[in-house]
Formats: sequence, C-alpha cells, structure tokens
Amino acid sequence: MWSTVFLILEFAMNENTQSTEIAGDEHFPTEELETLTQHRSLWGDVWRQFRKHKGAMMGVIVFIFITLMVSLGPLLHDIEPSAINFRERNFGPTLAHPLGTDNIGHDTLAQMLAGGQVSLAVGFSAMLIALLLGTLIGVLAGFFKSLDGPLMRLTDLFLALPILPLLLVIILLFRDTLRTLYGPEAGIFMLIVFVIGITSWMHTARIVRSDVLGIKEREFVIAAHSIGTRKRRIIFRHILPNILSPIMVSATLGIANAIITESALSFLGLGFPPDFPTWGRLLYDGANFIQITPARVIWPGLFIALTVLSVNYIGDGLRDALDPRLRG
Amino acid sequence: MKYIISTLLTLAIVVGIASTVQAKRGSDGQLNLVYWQAPSTMNPNLSGGTKELEASSVVLEPLGRYDETGNLLPWLAEEIPTVSNGGISKDLTTITWKIKKGIKWSDGSALTADDAVFTYEYCSNPDTGCTQSNYWSDIKSVTAVNSVTVKVEFTVPKPFPYAPFVGYNAPILQKAQFDGCQGAKAQECNKQNFYPIGTGPFKVVDFKPNDVIVFEANPNYRDASKPAFNKLVLKGGGDAVSAARAVLETGEMDYGWNLQVEPEILIQMEKAGKGKVVSAFGTSVERLMVNFTNPDPSLGDMRSEYVGGNNNRNSHPYLSDYNVRRALSLAIDRQVLVDAGYGKAGKIGCNVLPAPAIYASSANDECKTPNVAEANRLLDAAGWKRGSDGIRKKNGVRISILYQTSTNSVRQASQALIKEMWKQIGVETELRNLSASVFFGGDVGSPDTYQKFFTDIEMYTNNFSGTDPQTYMSNWTCKEMAQKSNKWGGNNMPRWCSPAYDALSAEMSVTSAMKDRIRLTKEMNDMLMEDYAMIPLIHRGDVSAHSNSISGVRMNPWDSELWNIADWTRK
Amino acid sequence: MIHYILRRTLIAIPTLLVISFIIFAILDLAPNDPTGNLPMTVPPEVRAKIRSSLGLDEPMHIRFGLWLVQFCVNEPLNILYEGFGISIGDAENRTRIISWSTRSPVVDLIIQRTPQTLWVVGLSYLFGILIAIPIGIVSAYRQYSWFDQVGTFISMVGFSVPTFFTGMVAIIIFSVQLRWFPMIYDTTLEVDSWQNFVSQVKQMIMPVAVLALYNASQLSRFMRASILDNLNLDYVRTARSKGLSERVVLLIHVLRNSLIPVVTLIALGIPTIFSGAIITEQIFRVNGLGQLLIIAIESADIPLVQTLTFIFAIMIVVFNLIADVVYGILDPRIRYE
Repeated sequence: MWSTVFLILEFAMNENTQSTEIAGDEHFPTEELETLTQHRSLWGDVWRQFRKHKGAMMGVIVFIFITLMVSLGPLLHDIEPSAINFRERNFGPTLAHPLGTDNIGHDTLAQMLAGGQVSLAVGFSAMLIALLLGTLIGVLAGFFKSLDGPLMRLTDLFLALPILPLLLVIILLFRDTLRTLYGPEAGIFMLIVFVIGITSWMHTARIVRSDVLGIKEREFVIAAHSIGTRKRRIIFRHILPNILSPIMVSATLGIANAIITESALSFLGLGFPPDFPTWGRLLYDGANFIQITPARVIWPGLFIALTVLSVNYIGDGLRDALDPRLRG
Repeated sequence: MKYIISTLLTLAIVVGIASTVQAKRGSDGQLNLVYWQAPSTMNPNLSGGTKELEASSVVLEPLGRYDETGNLLPWLAEEIPTVSNGGISKDLTTITWKIKKGIKWSDGSALTADDAVFTYEYCSNPDTGCTQSNYWSDIKSVTAVNSVTVKVEFTVPKPFPYAPFVGYNAPILQKAQFDGCQGAKAQECNKQNFYPIGTGPFKVVDFKPNDVIVFEANPNYRDASKPAFNKLVLKGGGDAVSAARAVLETGEMDYGWNLQVEPEILIQMEKAGKGKVVSAFGTSVERLMVNFTNPDPSLGDMRSEYVGGNNNRNSHPYLSDYNVRRALSLAIDRQVLVDAGYGKAGKIGCNVLPAPAIYASSANDECKTPNVAEANRLLDAAGWKRGSDGIRKKNGVRISILYQTSTNSVRQASQALIKEMWKQIGVETELRNLSASVFFGGDVGSPDTYQKFFTDIEMYTNNFSGTDPQTYMSNWTCKEMAQKSNKWGGNNMPRWCSPAYDALSAEMSVTSAMKDRIRLTKEMNDMLMEDYAMIPLIHRGDVSAHSNSISGVRMNPWDSELWNIADWTRK
Repeated sequence: MIHYILRRTLIAIPTLLVISFIIFAILDLAPNDPTGNLPMTVPPEVRAKIRSSLGLDEPMHIRFGLWLVQFCVNEPLNILYEGFGISIGDAENRTRIISWSTRSPVVDLIIQRTPQTLWVVGLSYLFGILIAIPIGIVSAYRQYSWFDQVGTFISMVGFSVPTFFTGMVAIIIFSVQLRWFPMIYDTTLEVDSWQNFVSQVKQMIMPVAVLALYNASQLSRFMRASILDNLNLDYVRTARSKGLSERVVLLIHVLRNSLIPVVTLIALGIPTIFSGAIITEQIFRVNGLGQLLIIAIESADIPLVQTLTFIFAIMIVVFNLIADVVYGILDPRIRYE
C-alpha cells in the first residue's frame, strides 16, 4: 500500500504538466502537436489501458456486484441468518427460501449474504497482510545481499512450523484478551486475519525474491545505480513495477487460500463461533449433504470461485495496464 | 426323466442343508471392517481408546463378557461366579473363576490360570502406564489355585466384583509372550503389542498402526467350524460419513463402526439398499453441565473454584438460582435435538442414568415436553426482568451464557438449536467449539478443558462401562469436585455439592441387596435431576452399519461390537 | 558457486537447530494432551500415571536434549544397523524415539508410510507439473482465446474449491454412481501380477487426479504469467525478425527463460509432497505421511510430530538450497557472491 502511495507521489511530483505553445511545420502539423501535448497523466494512461481489457472490466463488474450484494442484500432479504425454522429444514429452493434451507432450518440465502461479508473481509485482509509481508521480505532479501541470508532462513523457519499446534498456542495466548477487548466476533476476526497472514507470506516472499534477483542485474537498474539513484527510489520506481506479475498471481491465490483456511480453522474450533456463517464454513458444513440439498454447497463454492476469478482478471488487467511495453 | 430331475433336486436340497449345517471355518472368505478412527496398538492396556479395545477384542478374550441385553455371560470361564454357587465368598471379598478346560492359545499352548495372574501383574505394575488400571483397583492379590482356577481377593467387600477379567477392558494376556514386558519395558515390546497371541477367533497377520490390520482365522480356536471367515481386514482412517458411504452405498466394506452422522444422511444412504444401520442403547447421555461456581475471567485464579465448605461463596451469578436452571431446561425441545442430530440413534434423555432399565427412574419424564410459557413465568416471578435488548437481568446481572463443547457437526447443530430456544426466554448465548484433543485433553496449562469449566455451560457425553452404576454415581460427590487443588482431576464438573447425596453414595458402596442398590441409584439420580445439577438432553445409542450380506451381527452397547464375530456369516 | 553452497550448508546446521527448538517449544506449549483421546471412564490418577510413563514429568530442556540425541545419533546408527548390518556400539539396546500413541519407534512408522505417499502424492505432483506446463504455455501464447478463458476458469475452480470437496464429488460420481473405482485405498495390495497392477491403478486414479488438479491449477497460473512476461521482451522480437519459426521462438527461447522461476517453484514444492496432502489422504484413506502427521497432532503425540516436522524442516532447507542453486545456474544474470 505504501509503495503504491509513494509511486503516485513520485509520478505526481515528476509530471510535466505544462502545455506550451509549439510552432508547427510541414512534418508536424500544429493540430497533431496539440493533441500530443494534451494533458496525459500516468494513471490516466493506466486507466485507459485497463478499460480496454475486457476481462478486467468484467472482473470489476462482478466484484462490485458481489460486494453490493453482500452489503445491501440483508436489507432486502429480511430473514436473519441465525433464525431457525426447524420444520422447514432440508428444503430445496422455494419462494420463502430462494436458496433453500440447511439441515436445522437456517435460510441459505441469508447465510450466504451474511457469510459473504465476513469471507470477503477475511479474505482480503489476510491476503493483504500476507502480500505486504511477503513482498517486503522478498524485496529486502533480493535487493540487499546482507539481508538475504537471515531473511531466507526466517522464511525456512516459518515454512517448517507446524500450523495446527502453532494456531493452538496463539489462540491459547491471545483469544481471551482479544475477546474482552473487542468482543467475541471482532476479536476472533483480528486473530484469524493475523494468523492466516503470518502463515501464508512465505511463498510470495520466495517468488518475489527470485524475481528481484533477476531484475537487479538488468541494464536499466545498473544504469540507475550508476547515476547515483538512491536505493529506495530504485526499489519503488524500477523494481516494484516489474515484479507485479508474480505479486498479482499471489494475490489471487492468496484470497482463495485465506477464505478456505478460515473455514478449516473454524471447523477445528480455532476460528469463529460455529453459528457464524462464512462461505468457507457453509461449504464445509454442506459438503456431507450434497446428495440431499446440493444448493447448500453449490452456492458458496460458486461465489468463492467467482470472487477469485474476478480478482484474477482484475490482476491480469492491472498487470497489463502497468506494463509500459503494452501501453500506448 | 422326472425321476432324474427329482433325484437331482433332492440331492441338491440335502447337500444344501448339509453345507449350511456344517459351515466350515473360512468358507465365507474375507470380511472387511471400516473403523474411521484407526487403532494404533493391539494392546488394550496401553491405550484405552474404544477403537483399540474393539480391535483387540477379536484376538484377546476375557473370562466373562456382556451380551447385547447387558447379561453377564461366561466366556472363557465355566460359569459366572455368584454367592449362591459359591464362586463369591459370603463376605464379598473373594471371587473364584473356573476356566473352561481345553482352551488353547493361537500358538497351540494351553490357557492356564498363570496367564490370568500374569495379566493382573502386568496392569497393576505402576510403571506400565496401564490405561485400564481402574479395572484392577482394590485388589489385594490374584492367585492361581490350580491350572484352571483363579482366585481374586479384594481389599474391601465388593458388592459387584465383576471388573477384573470381565469385558473388553480386561482380557487375558499370554504370560509366555508378554513376560518381560511389564513396567517400563512395556513400550519396547512392539511385537507383543502389535501381534498379541490370543484365544479369540482371529490372529493378527499384519499390523500397520493407524492404518490397517489384517487378521486370519485362528487355527486353534475352540470351535472347529468357526469363524466363517478366513481373513479379516480392519481398515482405518477418514471420517464417519465416508465410512457410512463405503458400507451403505458402494458396498466395499461389510461393517462400519461408530457412524456419528446426521440421521438424514444415513437414511439417504440406506436407500441404496446395500446395507442396514443398526443402533443399540447403552448408558451414554449427552448432557449440559451447569456451572455452580463463577467462571468470570476477572477472578483470575478463583475462576470456577468452589469456596467454603458446604456454603458455596464463589457461586455463579445466575445459574445458582434454581428458577434459572429449571427455566433453561423447560425451554429446550429435546425431540427437535433428537430429530436434528440423532434420528434412530437417540432418544430424549431425562435422566443422567438411563440404563440398564432396572435403574432407570421415571420421576423426571416431565422434561419430554418443552414448556416455554412456564419457563418465562418462572423467570418473571423470580425477578429476572427483560431489559431493553430483550435479555433478562436482575441486580445488574445479565443472563448471558458462554456455552462450549467439542468440534462435531451434530454437537454444533444442537448448540445452534438450543441458542434459539433460549432466545425465546430472554437468554443470550455465545457458542464456542473446541478441538476434541484440547477440550478432553486435561492439559493443566489450557483454559479450555472440560475439567476447568471456565464457561457457564458445557456439553458432552458421559457414560460408564459394564452394568453397575456405583462408580458412575459417585462422580458427583463433594470430594470429586474438579479444583485447582487436585489439578482439576475430579469428576464432578458442575462443582455441585450435597451432603445428603454423599451419604447416599457412601451407603451404596456397602449395600449388596440388588433391590436396595436399585432404590439408592434412583434416589441419587432424582436428586441430581430435581436440582438441575446437570440438564440431560439425549440418551445416545451407538450407531453402526453392516452390509445386507452379513448375518449374525448383534449390536452390543455393553461390550465390544465385535463380541460375537465368530458367529458372523455371509449369506 | 561452490563457496555459496558450502556457506549455505554450514549455516543450515544452526538454522535447523533453532527451528527444531522452536518447534519443540510450540508443541510443548500447545494445550492438547496425549490422554485427551482416552474415554471419560479413565480416571485422573490413571491419566497422571500415563503421562509420567511417557516421560512428561521431565523439564522441557531435558526432553528436548534427549530427543535431539536420539534423532541425530541413535536413529542414523539404527538405520546403519538395520539397513546395512553395520553395528556401531550397542546395537540391540539403543533407545529410539518412541511414538506415544503406538508405543513403537517413530522411524518405523515413517518408513511404513512412505510407499503410498510417494505413489499417490508424488505421482500427482509429477502429473500436475506435466499438465500445468503445456497449459500455461498455450494459455499465455493465445492470451484471451477460448482456450485461455476455459483454462483460466478451470484453474480458478481448481484452487479455490478445496480438495475435500472435489474428492468427495469424485467419489460420489465415480464410486457410488458409476462404480468404476474403489473409494478406499488398500495399502496392503502387493503389485505382483497384472491383475493387482490394474487394481493399484484403479485405486490410485481418483486421489492422484484430485491432487494433480489442485497442483496444476496453481502452477499453470505462474507458468502463464512467466511466459507473458517474456513474450514481450526484445529478444523475442529479434528472434522473430531473424526469421525463426514461431515454434522455435516459443519452445526454445521463451520457454527456457520462462521455466526459470517455475523450476524454482517446483523445487520448493517438493517438500509439500510429504506434508501437504493431508485432506486428500484422509478422504481416500491413503494413510500416508500427511495423515500420520494430522493424527499425531490431534493425539498430542509430541515425539512423532516433532520428528516428522523436523524431517520436513530438513527437506525444506535442502530444497530451498537446491532451488537457489538451480536458479543461479539457469539464469546467468543471478549473482550470489
């Protein structure tokens, strides 16, 4: 996030926004020159290129749709997710329950909407933490030789840690304090996001480091170095934009991983309370009922896949848009 | 022509009858069992998990065991010793077992009383870490009177002396094989622990811990025409639903144990017509434990501690009010819980002691019908008024319950249903589920164990083995309270204490007349239920499934489910 | 490069020591208990006796030191003795690392589980790679064609739908409805005849396919991204302008350079063969090393978890080194010194 902010600031500071009068000649007619000197900022260019990418636009639309659905949906569909109507359990789609009910009588649509909010929140937050950590460590390790050894050994350590006992220890140490400070749901949310974040950054770090090692030796970086560019500027201006590719892929995989891991954690009792719906949990709980009420399983699975798909296409579009070789 | 046909027909019928009458050992081929929790050893003394007890029960056998109705049958013994046949001494301190003659171990050597004596020494050795040692408690000595007679002497009079050598918890080990494996050496004896020599219908051929066990028919088994199967495979791993699927839908397995799944899933699978679900009711009751002490985190070390003799000074802010406890119980519709999670494998439970039938009290059957109106009336009358958020409170104390249990989809469904039911009477509930190894682990450093009970309500199943309830009912005496001082090693989780109850329990331990024992048991049960020390929910049965092609299965909740596997055949 | 390898190998030793200590501390601190799975009827005094017979009364640093000595000295000596007949010291009475749930040596359990792990999980990793690379190449080359869109959709579904779900659907379709394949893996099956070979293949197809789909989905995304990065570089334009055929340009120039990050990913993923397929192993009852680990964690069997996790840690460190070395060899721009 900070790198993006810095990127924006750097470009803003260096933009040549002057449009001066230019005299034309027969090779370069004035009209064309005037079009050429119209104000064009970098991000405007990026947005224009992004808009051309059909998949990315579809991704944005689907993503906005999903977000709107889970935020506004509960206002339109007035059944509470925790409401139980035991006589109407294991129903298929009906007018009162458009997506059917589960085996004790919860309304599946209400659970999907409520669960979406949590899953998206957990998925994105955890993914962002993992991405930031991984990129930070990967870039530092790849760029600064002295940090490479210790940081990579740290990565080895985290890769080798057994996740389940580690989780048990973290829950043991922090659950009660967080619960008293922030209430059961917010406390667990922070715990889960933290836990997933610190246990999924390693892959990104390794890949980013490999790429950085490669880019570091490229001519334009060596050139920048030789004219005395400061290290931080080299990282933000030259290296980061060129390693967006693996970062974007990691982001996509990261969301899917975070949503599914959260459901596995809740299933083991290390996450949200059992009556707190999330898409992953709905998938887990519904799996055994696939032959009885398939809707219960298909919808969460579909929406997890759609979320991941849309992020993937947005990532594709972003990567293409930020690639100067493809633009203009 | 007609004569030839009729002769052939008669011949066929005769041969058919003859072959069913004289079923030969091994004629039915291979039998496949699936136990979704895989056994990790074949020695029941080193791991008390039910899966190990079941696996070892096809090899190792006891002197007496229970059948499916709870009757004690002589198994390796000639008869069950009683006072009237002289097997038990009049002062109830000695029991003498006579072993059947001619029984051989699977390696051909003879079973003698020395093996029985050795078994006692093996488990009572403190360094063995024997998990069944409470079956060998209060024993002064075990001696071999002669090669087929074993005498057990107790240190106190035992009205019910059928613990040693009875059931799948206390089978006989072969002295020649296990000699040298007592005490600290127990864990070095892999060959013995994994390939025990027994008198049962099968012997172990291949043992892969936590994976699969392969058995073949015991050539020295006492009945030459049994077992009907020459090979037995016990496969482990996976989960209960896929185990049910393997028996009921694909037919790959002949028997699936402990299928704790929602009833509609089993019903759906039974439609495939390949197998049948069987259940049997033992003593298991799923119940809510009520915390009579205060689990508030701000109390630090004093959380859930019972303070001050018989006057509980650290009492629970609202659960110590009888009206609240009764209202909580009245609001629960137990039939809904049964339908949602158990189906045929569960019945409404209104007693903490539901079985054997002679001990079951009928004084508490009011709980079979929920009564939300009465619950609300009780709470209103007791001063618990609803606040602006709909939750009842009195003197600043809100009825907000933290309710914990282990991770299990059926349990979580029960939790969700009970939460909604309690909402009807103005009670707020927060649900929590914990991994079973943490909840039941008893780790002194963890705040989440069921013994520490740092929540207001917890739910789990308790039961007892065999048919005698004396030890089980003594669980709720005052000295059994789980506290910091005994490292939470007591069995009285609710921290409920009543001198009258303690007196009844003490009386039972010296009473031998059956009708008095029954009366005392019922009185103790009713005392617990009427004070709502625990809120029973469901009388749970064991559920398993077997293929339609297997006959002879008699589902047994009192002993091993494989107790009569020698009699099983394939149709 | 030799210096680099030597330096890394030397640093690996203290790294592994620190890792093993941290793992041990976490396992010890974790609130589960080895007597947790015993039925309720086992009274607390018995549980206390069991705990002390497992050695839990000793302080943590003594237990850790004991385990370290057993792992680094006794077990390798035991392997020499049982595998090759070389006997150093007192071979018969050596104390070995004992699992608390089975009371048998941990290394024996690991060796017992390795065949099915390699067969099922190892093969699926191989197939995953073989599928992912061509799909990634074609997807990138024909970006946004129908092949790419379908491939993208399948990979998204492949890694966003968890394996317990795909495994279960596969069982319902292929075992229950179609009756083509068995749903339970038989670990006692010995392949000594054509018949048994066919049975082995039949019982392997579903778990291998489920896992291969999962692996291939992730790998193909990285492959595609890597090729896309390279397709726009100058040397590709040069190669085309020199008149080289598209096939040569793609398969010889672009592919070689794109494979570099992917090869390192593959090398890094090899340790996950042994620890990563936990859920699939459970569903199909393949009962390999992943299932062993999860059972050990759930029964708080510290010696088994410690040994298994430490072996994974060794593999991670070793394969990280291999990945780095391979990367350094393949990409001449990388300098480690």
